[in-house]
Order: sequence, then structure tokens, then C-alpha cells
Amino acid sequence: MTLLAAVGRIFLGFLQYAGRLTVFTGVAVAHCFRPPIYFRLILRQMVEIGYFSLPVVGLTAIFTGMVLALQSHTGFARFSAEGAVATVVVISMTRELGPVLAGLMVAGRIGAAMAAEIGTMRVTEQVDALVTLSTNPFKYLVAPRLLAGLLMLPCLVVVADIIGVFGGFLVGTYQLGYNPATYIHSSWEYLKPIDVISGLVKASVFGFVISLMGCYNGYQSRGGAQGVGQATTNAVVSASIMILTTNYILTALFFNK
Amino acid sequence: MTPKIQLIDVHKSFGPKLVLDGVTADIAASESFVIIGGSGSGKSVALKCILGLMRPEQGRILIDGEDVVNMKGRERERVMKKFGMLFQGGALFDSLPVWENVAFGLVQGRRMERRAARDKAMETLAQVGLGSDVAELSPAELSGGMQKRVALARAIASQPEIIFFDEPTTGLDPIMADVINDLIVKCVRELGATAVSITHDMHSARKISDRMAMLYKGKLIWVGRTAEVDKADNAYVDQFIHGRADGPIKMEIRG
Repeated sequence: MTLLAAVGRIFLGFLQYAGRLTVFTGVAVAHCFRPPIYFRLILRQMVEIGYFSLPVVGLTAIFTGMVLALQSHTGFARFSAEGAVATVVVISMTRELGPVLAGLMVAGRIGAAMAAEIGTMRVTEQVDALVTLSTNPFKYLVAPRLLAGLLMLPCLVVVADIIGVFGGFLVGTYQLGYNPATYIHSSWEYLKPIDVISGLVKASVFGFVISLMGCYNGYQSRGGAQGVGQATTNAVVSASIMILTTNYILTALFFNK
Repeated sequence: MTPKIQLIDVHKSFGPKLVLDGVTADIAASESFVIIGGSGSGKSVALKCILGLMRPEQGRILIDGEDVVNMKGRERERVMKKFGMLFQGGALFDSLPVWENVAFGLVQGRRMERRAARDKAMETLAQVGLGSDVAELSPAELSGGMQKRVALARAIASQPEIIFFDEPTTGLDPIMADVINDLIVKCVRELGATAVSITHDMHSARKISDRMAMLYKGKLIWVGRTAEVDKADNAYVDQFIHGRADGPIKMEIRG
């Protein structure tokens, strides 16, 4: 009976969490389209998410592309399919690794920062101060972050795709001895627009999810430094889980034919 | 004449803990009303209910005769424009310089052009005794007293009809606390605003109030003119204003 009660409690807690998150998302999305729209704040968040995440996303992408080329080469050599290395690198990067790894890196960097900033504003009454100054916190704090996340992650993924493919090219041509022209030709030959488009759609969804979880957890934080710390951890963990879950759903929608 | 603010049988609880237990009070226009009471007596909750930051489960709160408890959207925004608030910890936006903090309500709430809002912010900073040299500083670079002054400037910048003060002197040395008290009295008089303050600092309460009320266990147990507080003939008020450990008020070790 105690086990059943514990399971029930967890399930009810989950439903409560899902309900709160759904209401929060609905209100936040509604404020994205209702004036006033704070373009300066959206631009500031776009720079924060897009420009300042470039180094970490770029580094992740180049090493992933390099490792992918190396692994594919040694793995495919077992059945003499080394010629597929360039294709494997470009399709893996554009469809999966570009958006997922960029998403996870940005979740760690931006999701945590958003939760910490909004959480600190919450516990120091700055969010209440916004209300008393006739400013809706959803419009001022949440909507610009959601829009910036939605718009900037695809841009980061384009960069990640290019750098990742370049990483594979470097290893393929300098270390594994592929002919550069043949490598580039193989990369282009089997790449279809849907590979890139699906990756960019995923990136938009991941960008939205990262900002949403950062804002939601920050907004719900209570109780000082410990509450803010907890919100930051929750933001990163929940965004990462949601990225992996939505990644599967979107992959199934795009390619499960 | 309709009171500026009316609280009618306001109840608010958090889970099983009843924080406001039928609070009723009338606050006249241009009056300075101070709610005194110990920590955890429900002062902050009462203030947040009037401001609309919390919603009471029962009772009515009228501003200029309008019930504001269930107001939402644009109606709520219209009422919020009447309010200014000085938070206990200042609650200054640390991502913005001092002048933008002061001008925030003008730019965001009232759509004033930034240049005009900046001029108004400088004027308001001067009103609270701060020069233009602090305008570009970040709030974190200011002392506690200066932060409080900036927060006061932000509260009065949009010339609100009602100003709320949450523990305005907490955390300040006695001299700075008195400076803030003087500024509050001066600013409220100059604006002709209604002021509602909560504090447990009796020196501050006596200085800034026209009338006082004492909140104890969620109820207003005494309301009267400031000059009458020493003759209140109420054992709770007597113990509180003299800061005695012995008396009917027992400190709760566990909430």
C-alpha cells in the first residue's frame, strides 16, 4: 500500500508539474505575439544566445566531426565501405549531431544562465518590482528569451554543421588520405535538403525548449541561494531530457516512413 | 468621501497557516498609514495583497472605490499605474544602471521617450539627494543607503497616487534610517500621495505616519492616530512599542 501511495504521489506530482508548465508555456507564447514587443531585449538575448555560444558550439562541432570521420573510417574498413565516410559525416552532422550537441551545449550555457538570472530576480523581489512598475514579467523577461532561443539555435546549428563537416574533411584528407575533391563531392552527392531542414527545425524546437525550461525554473524558484541553485540544475537537466525526447519524436516524424 | 484604499474582511492563508484573518481598514487620500507588527505577523502579505502581487481567498480590496481583487489585464495595469513601491531590499534591477532603474516605470510603463525619461530620472535622483555622478553606476556599486535612495527615487519617479514602503529603514544605520524617513515624509508631502508603510521600527513608524495600525496573528488589533499610540490601552501595542520581551506577545520559535 505504501509503495502504491508513493507511486501515486510521484505521478500526481508529475501531473502537477506538467500542468504548471503547460499553463506557463501558454501564457508565455501568448505574450510573444501581443504588443508591446521589446525588440531591444530580443536583440540582446539573440547576441547572448547566438554570438556568445559560438565558441563552445564550434569546438564541440569540430571535434565531433573529426571523431566521426575517424570512427567511420575504422569501423567501415571492416566491410570495405570507407568510401561512405564523407556521406556519413555530413548526414550525421546535419540530421542529428549538429542540432543535438549544439542544443545540449546551449542548454548547459544558456539554460543555466537564464534560470540563475530570473531565479535571482525572483528571490530578490525584482520580478515583483517589474509588476509594480506596470511591466509584465512574461513580456519583459520570458518572451524575449523564448523568441531569441527559437531564432538563434538554427543559426548556431548551421555554423555547427559547417564546422563539423569541415572537421571531418580535415581528418579525412590530412590523416586518412582521402582525396579532397572526392571527399567534397561525396559530401554533396548524397546530402538532401531534408537532412539540413530537419536539423534546423529540430534546432528551433530545442532553442524554444532550452529557453522555456530556463525561464520556467527560474520563475518558479523560491527560498534564496539554494532555491536558485536548484532551479539552475533543474533547468539544465529538464532541458537536456526534453531535447533528447523531442529529438526522437521529430526524427520519427521526419524519417519514419 | 470615499477612502483611497479599503480592506474589507481580507483573508489569506498558505496551506493550513492563516496569515490574514479578516483584516479591515480604511485609508484616506493623502494619509500616511503605517502597519506595525512583529516578524511573521502578516504585514508583507497584507501589502502584497493590496498591490495585487498576492490574491486573498476572501474579502475585498477597494482602490478609489473599485474592487481590485479580481482585476486582470489592462484593468489591472491601469490600477498599477497609481502605485509606487519601495521594496525592503531595494529590488533594483542589477542589469541596468541607476538612471535606467529610476526611469524604468516611465519608459516601460508610461512609454515616455528615453531622453525625457532620463531627464526626469536625474531630477528625481536630485530630489532624494543623489547627484548625476551615480546615474551611470550599477546598483551593486552603491552603499545600502544609496540603494535605498535610488529605490525611493524609482518609487516616486512616475508620481504615483499611492506609495507603499516595505520596511524602509531595515538594514540601515540609525542616521541613514532617519535620512530615509525624512525623505519619505518630504516626497509623500510633495506628491500629495497616500502612503502605506509596514515596519517594526517604531522610530520610523512615529516619524512617517499620520495613523498606525498593529497587526497581530493576522488581525488588526489596534488602529489609531500616531499621537495616540502611547495611550493605546492595549497590552499588545504597549509591549510592541516598548520592545519588551515580557507581555502577551510570545515569540514563536517554530512557525
